[in-house]
Amino acid sequence: MTLPLELPQMRGRLQRHGLTLPLLLCLAVVAIVTICAIFGSNIAPDSPFTQRLEVGDKPPSAEFLAGTDLLGRDVLSRVIHGARTALVGPIVVAAGAFAIATLLGLLSGYLGGLVDVAIMRWVDFMLALPGPLVAIVVVGVIGGGYWTAVLVLIILFTAPDTRIVRSAVLEQRPLPYIDAARALGISKRRILFVHILPNILPLILAYVVLDFAFALVNLAGLSFLGLGVQPGTPDWGRMLFENRNILFSNPPGLLLPAGMIILTAVSMNLIGDWLFERLTK
Amino acid sequence: MVRLILERLAVAIPLLLIISLGVFALVHIAPGDPVRALLGTRPSDPATLAALRDKYHLNDPFVVQYGKWLWQVLQGDLGRSINGNRLVWSAIKERAGVTIFLSLIGTAIVLLFGVLLGMAAALRRGTRLDRAMVMFGVFGISSPAFVTGIFLLYFFGVVLGWFPTFGAGRSGFGDRLWHLTLPALALALSVMAIVVKITRASMIEELDRDYVTFARARGLSATRIIFGYVLRNALIPVVTAAGLVVVGLLASAIYVEVTFALPGLGSLTVDAVQKRDIPLIQGTTLVFSCFVVLVNLAIDIVYTLIDPRIRFGKVES
Repeated sequence: MTLPLELPQMRGRLQRHGLTLPLLLCLAVVAIVTICAIFGSNIAPDSPFTQRLEVGDKPPSAEFLAGTDLLGRDVLSRVIHGARTALVGPIVVAAGAFAIATLLGLLSGYLGGLVDVAIMRWVDFMLALPGPLVAIVVVGVIGGGYWTAVLVLIILFTAPDTRIVRSAVLEQRPLPYIDAARALGISKRRILFVHILPNILPLILAYVVLDFAFALVNLAGLSFLGLGVQPGTPDWGRMLFENRNILFSNPPGLLLPAGMIILTAVSMNLIGDWLFERLTK
Repeated sequence: MVRLILERLAVAIPLLLIISLGVFALVHIAPGDPVRALLGTRPSDPATLAALRDKYHLNDPFVVQYGKWLWQVLQGDLGRSINGNRLVWSAIKERAGVTIFLSLIGTAIVLLFGVLLGMAAALRRGTRLDRAMVMFGVFGISSPAFVTGIFLLYFFGVVLGWFPTFGAGRSGFGDRLWHLTLPALALALSVMAIVVKITRASMIEELDRDYVTFARARGLSATRIIFGYVLRNALIPVVTAAGLVVVGLLASAIYVEVTFALPGLGSLTVDAVQKRDIPLIQGTTLVFSCFVVLVNLAIDIVYTLIDPRIRFGKVES
């Protein structure tokens, strides 16, 4: 009898936090992808590497729920294992870019002067470059695949992120608590990292989540062009590259990884928007 | 006005120089000896190596190499590709048509439907249509063109069979349009979301202004108010974002050309990158980057022309 009484309460509590149904679905998608990334080998029905050349590319059957690719590998298992490269790289990109951007943004926004001019000139230059093309060419020429791609994306993402952090710092700067801290003779470093940083951290967190979505899409794109992960690695972008010729024989081989890229990216974007609303207003 | 154009040029030209330096440095960034990178799969006899060193001035200091290379590029000499030993410039010219056609259709779809849908969402604010547009925006921004392309390819190409699944068509405007409809749609969908979002936001802002109330009070028709007054003002932020749209379109075009197996500049670049054909990569990268910089320059100037507040120097641009 307690259930009907508790449900509206629950709903009220969820709504107070802005947790609408679409958002809960997004959180569920991210949770499932995370579980696949961690426990992939226990969940997947088959090894992602086992080849059955005699089977080849077959449409879904009772044995292979999402069919097989050209080498007879189980598509479903490869998608489940692909969650790992889909999460790890983007997390490193988002965290790395914001770690650098936070430092540069704090310095640029708080110190002003020549430091500010130098950093913002660099940001303007980076933003004037056609980013995706730079990523393709640099990763392609240097080689090194996935981790080179992660590094290049960190550098490309740092520029817009620095601008975001800087404007957040500029908003904090005229506030009385900074004046108070300065009047007390607190060192610049302490003001930056102990006083300003905690105040802009929620905003940074929201943008980290949004960056994750962009990084996921970009890394998948590079893998789709054959420049990201090593050949054979179960990865959603790479699967789109390897399975591009089986759209007729086994559509899920392309549609499943493609769908996962969109689902994960949309979920992270909506969660990022929600965090932004919740944490910055 | 002239001063403004000169100011913008003062930014654009150094930018182009830095980009060209980066493009030139690709030869040296490639792992291993630059000569090996330029040699590719050709046999490495001393005569070829010496010829390559001579052609790329590899015995000179870096700055001199760059200077000589830049001089050649400015004269229209982009060198020869490693694979097939073709003139890079003629390979680019041959492939540019498809990319230009694709981008033009893409831009047309983006501008037409992006602005119309954004307007519709703003005018029907809070309704189901508006919410659908906001949702579409999230999907559009999240899903890259090559992924959208795969779904379009499957539904309209494989399931319904309305459109061809690869290639750019042989000849004639009609055939080409038929082949490029799906790619252009995939291209447009990913970028359109930005235009819808910005148009919606700026329309909503403009609709609340006093001049709208006044125009209503004068008894002007809704169509006249929206198209004659509100839209003109609401489009200014859209023009500002046009740079973003162009870069987005070009980047997506690279991916879309690969998805739909189109013989354009994008797939030429990707092909060159996969085969590490450095001269070809340099050529296509230079062409793409120059285009992006020049379009941004043009947009800056157009932006000034259409907004009288900036033209007469009343607002800091």
